[in-house]
Amino acid sequence: MSALVLQGVSARRGSRLVLDEVDVTFRAGRLTAVIGPNGAGKSTLLDIAAGLLKPHGGQVQLGGESLTAIGRRALAQRRAYLPQRGAVDWPISVERVVALGLTPALPAFGDLPAAMQPSIDKALADCDLLPLRDRPATQLSGGELARALLARAIVGDPELLIVDEPTAGLDPRHAIDAASRLRARADAGRTVVMAIHDLDLALRFADDIVAVRQGHILGNGPVDEIMTEPLLSSLYDIGVRLVRDPFGVSVRFTD
Amino acid sequence: MTRWLIPVLLLLLLICAGASLLAGTVWLRPQDVVQALAHPEGNLTGLILTEIRIPRVILAIMVGGILGLSGAVLQGLLRNPLAEPGTLGISAGAALGAVIAIYYGFAASFVLATPLFGLIGGFLTAGLTLMLSRNGGTLSLILAGAAISSVAGAGVSLALNLSPNPYAAYEIMTWLMGSLTDRSWDHVRLAAPFIVVGGILLLMTGRALDALALGETQAESLGIHVGQTRLLALFGTALGVGAATAVAGMVGFVGLIAPHIVRPLVRHRPGRVLLPAALAGAILVVLADIATRLVTFGVPINLGVFISVIGAPFFLWLILHMRSRTL
Repeated sequence: MSALVLQGVSARRGSRLVLDEVDVTFRAGRLTAVIGPNGAGKSTLLDIAAGLLKPHGGQVQLGGESLTAIGRRALAQRRAYLPQRGAVDWPISVERVVALGLTPALPAFGDLPAAMQPSIDKALADCDLLPLRDRPATQLSGGELARALLARAIVGDPELLIVDEPTAGLDPRHAIDAASRLRARADAGRTVVMAIHDLDLALRFADDIVAVRQGHILGNGPVDEIMTEPLLSSLYDIGVRLVRDPFGVSVRFTD
Repeated sequence: MTRWLIPVLLLLLLICAGASLLAGTVWLRPQDVVQALAHPEGNLTGLILTEIRIPRVILAIMVGGILGLSGAVLQGLLRNPLAEPGTLGISAGAALGAVIAIYYGFAASFVLATPLFGLIGGFLTAGLTLMLSRNGGTLSLILAGAAISSVAGAGVSLALNLSPNPYAAYEIMTWLMGSLTDRSWDHVRLAAPFIVVGGILLLMTGRALDALALGETQAESLGIHVGQTRLLALFGTALGVGAATAVAGMVGFVGLIAPHIVRPLVRHRPGRVLLPAALAGAILVVLADIATRLVTFGVPINLGVFISVIGAPFFLWLILHMRSRTL
């Protein structure tokens, strides 16, 4: 499967340098968590990785092919992106929301081909949405909406899935649920990237960590190597202790 | 239901259009119409039909259709149920253009001066709105539209204030109230190409509007070119609504109401609303045009006024309904 490689990527928002010659590789079959303080450049990094924002310098390659060469529609079929706080503006049914994920694969004219219905049913089933398929998306709870949007993202089985803050605003049970669904995508061999503030969830579910601070990569590698007390302390400018108990490792802030 | 919606709306439109041919100062029977259309030359009924009522009903269908369509596209694009063609300032610009034609007396020298100036006014405002919102997103488009709209409105008020004689003021007022009275084939020929091309541009946005239900970022990630969609909507509205306002004057509310009437019937899918909204808009305007001929209070009520009187309470209901849904 295809890795996503960023080489020497720089980005500006206005005159401010948000990313400064960043090199990162997101490997296939791995769930990579992008962590860092607010304003570090995580969302910009994700936007560039998704091909939604053009970097001012450097290049991005998916499976050895430059994102700009892949083309808008082909890229949309290979990569799915979920922004922070996704929402649905009209009371369209959950099933139609999921079907929107197939937009780049639709023929030029006409409605959804019948051949695509099985993949919609599968995405609904995978995200436990079958009982909700006819419910208007505006009437869903936060957890249900997160599931519906995830189903929308994976319905076309994209090789690259990029999610910005998948657990924001979710209670612990739904947050764990959302993270384990992303875990499952990585286990199925896809490249999965998520920006996340919940370090405990990152510790528990991610394979790799990319730590971003002030537009630079502070650390990049497997969870055990990056999630260390010194690195996290300097990443967040705050005392950090990793507490190990029979249930696993958790992060404590000591300031 | 969804499958039958368009045929049913077409049938309704056909019935209303038929009724519109019969109704008026001179009432016609259906058999008169058939007979007159078979032999249109030299008889009064034929003349009334071919020179007055047929162009009038065609204009009503075009104007209502493009207003409904444009409203549906803009509501989907701006993800705002209160958006309508007036939001982008294009109808106000067309109105100002037409008022200038009347004010400076061009309208007196040749009949099509008013719609021609209206068209130019509509295009100019669309261009201005586009320039002002060039670097911004949807919100700056709405703001630019609102700003341009109020500038054009101020121009119209100024013209009314300074109008050289009461007749000019009266003429401006009548035109602002929107009407399809005394329109001829010339008006149809002037407006039709713009409305058809504008309509095609607007219809091309359907799939993008569906994806935009998820917001601009997700739509972009699905391969939709949001900037291009915005241009299509703006140019389509400028051509279509500019031309419609140019020939019929200000006709408000149709673009706001028509999409909402059909939206539940297509299960709220923004891309699916377009064609039904156009048909609903056409039916609304044809019906309202018939009503202006039937309901008079000594003086006839203008089309735009009639629709506003019905449309404003609907608007109020819509706001209350939306508030009850969000609270």
